[in-house]
Amino acid sequence: MQERSELMQTLFGRLTLEAIPYHEPILIWTFVATAILGMSLLAYITRKRAWGTLWNDWFCSIDHKKIGVMYMILGIVMLLRGFADAIMMRAQQAFAFGDSMGYLPPHHYDQIFTAHGVIMIFFVAMPFVTGLMNYVVPLQIGARDVAFPFLNNFSFWMTTAGAILVMMSLFVGEFAQTGWLAYPPLSGIDYSPSVGVDYYIWALQIAGVGTLLSGVNLLVTIVKMRAPGMTLMKMPVFTWTALCTNVLIVAAFPVLTAVLGLLSLDRYVGTNFFTNDFGGNAMMYVNLIWIWGHPEVYILILPLFGVFSEVVSTFSGKRLFGYTSMVYATVVITILSYLVWLHHFFTMGSGASVNSFFGITTMIISIPTGAKMFNWLFTMYRGRIKFDVPMLWTMGFMFTFVIGGMTGVLLAVPPADFVLHNSLFLIAHFHNVIIGGVVFGVFAGINYWFPKVAGFKLDEYWGKVSFWFWLVGFWVAFAPLYVLGLMGVTRRVSHFEDMSLQIWFQIAAVGAVLIGIGILAFLVQIFVSIRRRESLRDETGDPWNGRTLEWATSSPPPAYNFAFTPRVHDQDAWYDMKRRGHQRPTSGFVDIHMPKNTAAGIVLAGISMLCGFALIWHIWWLAAASFFGLIAATIIHTFNYDRDYHIHADEVTSVEDQRTRQLAAQQG
Amino acid sequence: MSAHTADTTFPPDSFYDTGEHHPQNGTMLGFWLYLMSDCLIFAVLFAMYGVVGANYAAGPGPKDLFDLGLVAVNTAMLLLSSITYGFAMLEMARGRQNAVLGWLAITGLFGLAFVGLEIYEFAHLIHEGAGPQRSAFLSAFFALVGTHGLHVSFGIVWLVVLMIQVRKMGLTEPNRRRLACLSLFWHFLDVIWIGVFTFVYLMGVLR
Amino acid sequence: MSTADTEQAYDPRHVHSHHHPEGEAHGTFKGYVTGFILSVILTAIPFWLVMGDVLPSKQATVFIIMGFAVVQILVHMIYFLHMNTSSEGGWNMLAMIFTLVLVVITLAGSLWVMFNMNENMMPVSAHEMRNAP
Repeated sequence: MQERSELMQTLFGRLTLEAIPYHEPILIWTFVATAILGMSLLAYITRKRAWGTLWNDWFCSIDHKKIGVMYMILGIVMLLRGFADAIMMRAQQAFAFGDSMGYLPPHHYDQIFTAHGVIMIFFVAMPFVTGLMNYVVPLQIGARDVAFPFLNNFSFWMTTAGAILVMMSLFVGEFAQTGWLAYPPLSGIDYSPSVGVDYYIWALQIAGVGTLLSGVNLLVTIVKMRAPGMTLMKMPVFTWTALCTNVLIVAAFPVLTAVLGLLSLDRYVGTNFFTNDFGGNAMMYVNLIWIWGHPEVYILILPLFGVFSEVVSTFSGKRLFGYTSMVYATVVITILSYLVWLHHFFTMGSGASVNSFFGITTMIISIPTGAKMFNWLFTMYRGRIKFDVPMLWTMGFMFTFVIGGMTGVLLAVPPADFVLHNSLFLIAHFHNVIIGGVVFGVFAGINYWFPKVAGFKLDEYWGKVSFWFWLVGFWVAFAPLYVLGLMGVTRRVSHFEDMSLQIWFQIAAVGAVLIGIGILAFLVQIFVSIRRRESLRDETGDPWNGRTLEWATSSPPPAYNFAFTPRVHDQDAWYDMKRRGHQRPTSGFVDIHMPKNTAAGIVLAGISMLCGFALIWHIWWLAAASFFGLIAATIIHTFNYDRDYHIHADEVTSVEDQRTRQLAAQQG
Repeated sequence: MSAHTADTTFPPDSFYDTGEHHPQNGTMLGFWLYLMSDCLIFAVLFAMYGVVGANYAAGPGPKDLFDLGLVAVNTAMLLLSSITYGFAMLEMARGRQNAVLGWLAITGLFGLAFVGLEIYEFAHLIHEGAGPQRSAFLSAFFALVGTHGLHVSFGIVWLVVLMIQVRKMGLTEPNRRRLACLSLFWHFLDVIWIGVFTFVYLMGVLR
Repeated sequence: MSTADTEQAYDPRHVHSHHHPEGEAHGTFKGYVTGFILSVILTAIPFWLVMGDVLPSKQATVFIIMGFAVVQILVHMIYFLHMNTSSEGGWNMLAMIFTLVLVVITLAGSLWVMFNMNENMMPVSAHEMRNAP
């Protein structure tokens, strides 16, 4: 590359045309496909003249329900990207044996496994979990919205900004080649001089702000805005798990922010926190990032435990067995999750006493988790179980997750971990709990709450197709990895010499294809359901004979959720209301105080993304300008005191009257 | 307050709250939770300092670098700013806008003095060749103390903005809430500073 | 269905939330001054102990100034941050205690883990290696 002029350097930092990977055919085709898809989407929106609606009613919306839906869409889109990475890895490993080097050069393969991990955790699982909590929690506690509706919108756009940065790395520059936690010294400037790690850092930092704020937001919502009568021990279990999850978010994400901040200081300023010389200590990074990393695992799984609890009790037609023990188990898991982080690096050499301590605490966690499993089983015991799609996912979870949990306990034994660490056994284990727990839970949740969101159920047939392909596909894809791991095959390898291993990788690739069909069936399920929405329509707002307050309102709920705040007497509040013959109020409506929509969130997040991009490419003037722009925009936003409005009683009355007629038509 | 939310004084057959519903404002709790998360950022920085704080890499150590006199003056600035902010809050409770603005201005000046002294100290260290790149000890020192200093600087910016807002809108409900939030922030930074001067400066010199 | 009037009687929250913006736990002049004086004392003594080289034992000095720091943090919490068990229904206090536990876990845990790591993983001399268990 010839010497660039000083001016170009100042203007564009290290961003050059070379950064566009036009010499990589795979990326070019990906780009072409993405561009065609994106253009047709834009054209479709334009043709439907939907830009105004999209901007005003969705992007600027501070309605927790719409934000929840947008989180779910973000999750689905990123799931497709993350899965594309997965299938590329499976294909590479199925072919790259002996003389065949596969189709991915190592530097590309390394980016793919890094991107797969980062995307699946931060931009698939997190948006799904946050989306479900955002949509459901305020409804379950009988609130009109979250505590800080504007912040909610801002959080969503910050998460999206992070996701966009990761996606951008596909076509401008490259992504990190370090693995999803970017351990130094590999992620230090000496060994990763390019922009990959910087994309990683700023994507996570920006998304992390969103996650932290939404954590604070939902915590305050649950603490402050519960309907009258809903004591802590009358909260629905999903709300309980959401509470604990958000405690974990608020208490864990700052650690990630700090440790990534230190890593970026190493990279940008030349400090020596995690370097090999001048007294730096790379092992401290591993220690710190797992102090965040382990609670993160529980951030992902706890809300889904809540989903399963709701689903099991609804579809067994019974009150949840052992509510109190469920709550205590959740709280115990929350606290214990801070005492186990070292089990991620038993082999780093802390010695016998430290390893024993963390091994034992890890094994202890399986006790409350096991208690939960028994609670679900006892809820089903002698219940009238209906095998709708959400219940199928739940049972698939119970079967899969128990096995994943047991391999986890196995890994918690330090001597066993010395043999199995960094092997495909570990990969199989954590996919076993994350797919079997988080992904199955998300699908259970989507199938369960979709009628609430859309006003019609999801198609049953395609739901079942999706479930069975996922379940079978998961086992076909990951059982071979358990076997390979026990044989000592390590993770993150792009080429093998030992031909006898190939058959296992080929089986795993078949499994990945089955999972792919499962994902496709899920998309078809949504598409078919929208097409057949009239026959799937639910007018009652309570299609499953639900037990908690979200089913007390119409589907989809009005902007204000509840015309009158419900009063809670029982832990299954809605079931109690139905049982004791409540009368839905049909008159006497009053003005409802609501927050106003605003574009501030998307603007602030946009500036943050620009700042991140400038920092990644060392475009210092732009970084400084956007940083000060961000502060200025924030200050300007604080001068806006006019943030709410009233929905007039007449409007509420007309909405509620329509609902009254709808319900009457049902009964008549 | 949970005691109120959990209030069950309504009759058992009443299922709807037919009045206008007033959920409580959660700003103060939310801000407190944010501060708790900030506290954990500092915990990480303290842990980092604790682990690599003795790795001088054959460079200068705390004894060669720290000027405890300067630190004492700095501590005094922060402590004084804390009490003057307290006085501003007391005036706010009495509804005296100008007195609030006066005390806020004094608080801001003490804050500026603190940040100024810290910048002087940093510049001096870097000038002596003891910059953040010199050793892990110095990296951790600059990160910890610098992060605290950045927080104080943002606090000053926020304080100025709030002064303008109080001037413009008066001591309205939202402004009172914002002043109360900044109060928490300001005193919280003082608490962190106790940790900094004890663990970094005093114990550093003792080492 | 109750009328708006009986409603008020049933729900004391309304009476409460109208004229008391909660969370604004104002201190008193006396409280702030007390806190300030205590802080000055609790700051001055450690500085004096270290700068004046008062105690013969460094270890003792370290423990004493750490004690002073803990007490001063408590003083700030009580007099400046107005912590008590009743504000925000105890949630403030609960959040703080939880955070303190996590801070202790993070600090003590990291130091313990990293100390052991250094002990075990630092390059050792051939002599030590031979006598290793």
